[in-house]
Amino acid sequence: MEYIRNKNGWPILMAMVRAIQENKTYLGEIDGLIGDGDHGANMNKGFSLFASGLHEDEISFSDGLNELGMVLLNEIGGSMGPIYGTIFMEMGEQAEALDKITLNDFRNMLEAGLDGLKEIVEAQPGDKTLIDTLSPAVCSLRDSAGKQTSFGEALELMELAAGEGKDATKDMTARFGRSSRLGERSRGVLDAGAVSCFIILQAMAEAMVRLLES
Amino acid sequence: MQRIIKNTDTMVEDMLSGFLKAHKEIVAGGSHSRVVKSVHMEPDKVGVVTGGGSGHKPAFIGYVGRNLCDAAAVGEIFSSPTAPAFLNAFEEADRGKGVACLYGNYSGDNMNVKMAVKMAKKLGIEVRTVVANDDVASAPKDQKEKRRGVAGEIFMWKIGGAKAAQGGNLDDVVQAAEKAVGRTRSIGIGLSPCTLPSVGHPNFKIEEGTMEVGIGHHGEPGIEVLPLEDAAQMAKRMTDIILPDYPFTAGDEVAVLVSGLGATPVMELYILYDEIVKELQQKGIRIYKSYVGNYFTSLEMTGATLSVMKLDDELKQLLDYPAESVGLKQF
Repeated sequence: MEYIRNKNGWPILMAMVRAIQENKTYLGEIDGLIGDGDHGANMNKGFSLFASGLHEDEISFSDGLNELGMVLLNEIGGSMGPIYGTIFMEMGEQAEALDKITLNDFRNMLEAGLDGLKEIVEAQPGDKTLIDTLSPAVCSLRDSAGKQTSFGEALELMELAAGEGKDATKDMTARFGRSSRLGERSRGVLDAGAVSCFIILQAMAEAMVRLLES
Repeated sequence: MQRIIKNTDTMVEDMLSGFLKAHKEIVAGGSHSRVVKSVHMEPDKVGVVTGGGSGHKPAFIGYVGRNLCDAAAVGEIFSSPTAPAFLNAFEEADRGKGVACLYGNYSGDNMNVKMAVKMAKKLGIEVRTVVANDDVASAPKDQKEKRRGVAGEIFMWKIGGAKAAQGGNLDDVVQAAEKAVGRTRSIGIGLSPCTLPSVGHPNFKIEEGTMEVGIGHHGEPGIEVLPLEDAAQMAKRMTDIILPDYPFTAGDEVAVLVSGLGATPVMELYILYDEIVKELQQKGIRIYKSYVGNYFTSLEMTGATLSVMKLDDELKQLLDYPAESVGLKQF
């Protein structure tokens, strides 16, 4: 059975940080179309703060996620602080006792993140939020785990599902958060949170694939 | 960008540093770097807390002071304060009688307050919340719970703060603040957009010669974009939207607040106010008290908001109660 070692968190976490840093301007531009344009700057600030607080190049995936979540929750505020803070802290907590993370474990982690998020926000799939990226990603992992798909393939399928979910927000009308005040005028533009969530999941998946062992 | 900046990344810190130095007879920093508290902390009183994003000066920290808010959490520009900042504001304001957190209806603030209230509970601090939703343009009346909080929040703080100062318990303070919110309606008109310094360009447009009716405090689009009107037409348009919503009718006594959005000359606010008075008089609505000035702004947006609160004897007495803060002084 394929797994990644929890202690090898560093390259995954750094891939996530880099992905956000590289997409800072892009995220700001998308957010500027129907939001206030600060999503890229805020996310970059939070992820960079997290990265600058790490002194060694060895950190477990679960501890790193927990730490990242804490930094976002404590330092970023806005909507994204509590949203991503909750997702990452729930994911980290779910994995903190594990040495090896299998497909089933990773499914549980992402599912815990989504469940934690549902406790603080009322947004549903279809409301044009990052839940439209996260929820299909969780469904895809659940499917793959049920079908005994290999971990590597499951990560690729998750990335695809998250990408399709993200793309689907373009035709949705925002029903939650600041852009919901736009109603119909929010249609035709991607949701910035859905995009950042995809960018993070993509970076996570691609870094994890390289760390698979069996 | 023709703006006064030291560093676009530290605008909030730099502003706070100046604010605390300028007004040290009224406010001091909390133990969290993003909290401002009153220096007049009378013992044995329900704590009153607010908080919100920066860029709305004098809101929110400008309403911290004697007989108003005891502490406020400060967010980045147009972005909710963190949960730990709200928590520290609760701790600073709590004198063992509980805390009323009076803030505006935005999803980020809702989440961070919700998390902070949970954390406070673990510390044994009872926090109750009142969420302002006075902006008529932000959702239809049957979805009132979706409406944003705008300049009407000032009435909520004034009333809630006075109730707490007069010895009201947590129930009394929450009820008074809810009463103020429930009887307040607001509407904004935007004439030109604002720019977040870190972004560098406006993220929404208001074309020259047009105005956006119902614009939000962060440039959230309003009800409609129309050719620019004169003060009398604007006053009629604003009152025509908010008066029927509550509804305010002949014989009512009201408080009126006209706030600039940041870059509109105060002179023009008085021109608008004068026309609003005419509209209200025509409808038989009596103005008990008025506030005109930059009470709740949106960086350098131009335009104005109108807030109207229906009064009764209790609200009049609470409104008249002395208060001292940077944004509102009443003796």
